[in-house]
Amino acid sequence: MEIKYHIRDYCIIRNQRISLNGNLIFTGSETIPQSFFTEAYKHFNINYPKFHKMDNLSKLGFLACELLLEHKNIPGIVKGEDVGIILYNAASSADTDRIHQKSIQDRSAYFPSPSVFVYTLANIVIGEICIRHKLFGESTFFISERFNAELLHSYVSLLLDDCVIQSCITGWLELDGDHYDGVLYLIEKTPSGNGGFVIFEPEKLSEIYLQGT
Amino acid sequence: MEQLINKLKNEIIEALNLTEMTPESIDENAPLFVEGLGLDSIDALELIVLLEKKYGLKLSTAEDGKKVLRSVKSMAEFIRANNKG
Repeated sequence: MEIKYHIRDYCIIRNQRISLNGNLIFTGSETIPQSFFTEAYKHFNINYPKFHKMDNLSKLGFLACELLLEHKNIPGIVKGEDVGIILYNAASSADTDRIHQKSIQDRSAYFPSPSVFVYTLANIVIGEICIRHKLFGESTFFISERFNAELLHSYVSLLLDDCVIQSCITGWLELDGDHYDGVLYLIEKTPSGNGGFVIFEPEKLSEIYLQGT
Repeated sequence: MEQLINKLKNEIIEALNLTEMTPESIDENAPLFVEGLGLDSIDALELIVLLEKKYGLKLSTAEDGKKVLRSVKSMAEFIRANNKG
């Protein structure tokens, strides 16, 4: 099989732990997602006040991308329009939808929060990442029953084959209540850096996804 | 008035999730938008909800909004003028 593309880096956030390229880089003590994300934000000395206004799904995606893109010398991400973001999950924005629904449940105390409402779409997390990293490439958020390496691989490959993008941030970004599971990959068309990259293929995506589970 | 301003600062911090700010770090005379706290349009809507939810006050026109939401102090003056503070 011809090797076409590469997994440059990958970041996994689940079970109060964060790993980058298979190395555990943070273990938190907070069990509630929002508290854990804030704990990680402080641990990595991130300075981006907008983070605190995001919903939990956006916080999860934001944190994963902060760590994934900390290598600033990747040729593929020099030009924002060359970088795509293709994400998947099962719960869509249900977690935030419920918070919004609760605020409009009682007609006598009807105070929907605008800052909650704006996150009642799963793809808002993509917008937050694009704003933060100045990315303008193709983006889509798919809702899928479960992590599907074949689906992820085929769609991202299509975009890379057609030269729509040169690099892609892709992966599974699930958040629902107290459950969170973020696995993001940075896929490169042309290998950069010092080598040692993982081949971009469904088997490798699954292998990485299952790490630490 | 000072008591109302402090109360309002705490409510703004909570409503807008300004977790890295304290009431003392907010200048009540500074502009709320662009400069000062650097709030955005969604924050403006959230402040309008805050005025209605906590003080039962509604802004009737866009011009009122510009005037009232200029600073923490102008918000407090609006609440006081409407005898809800």
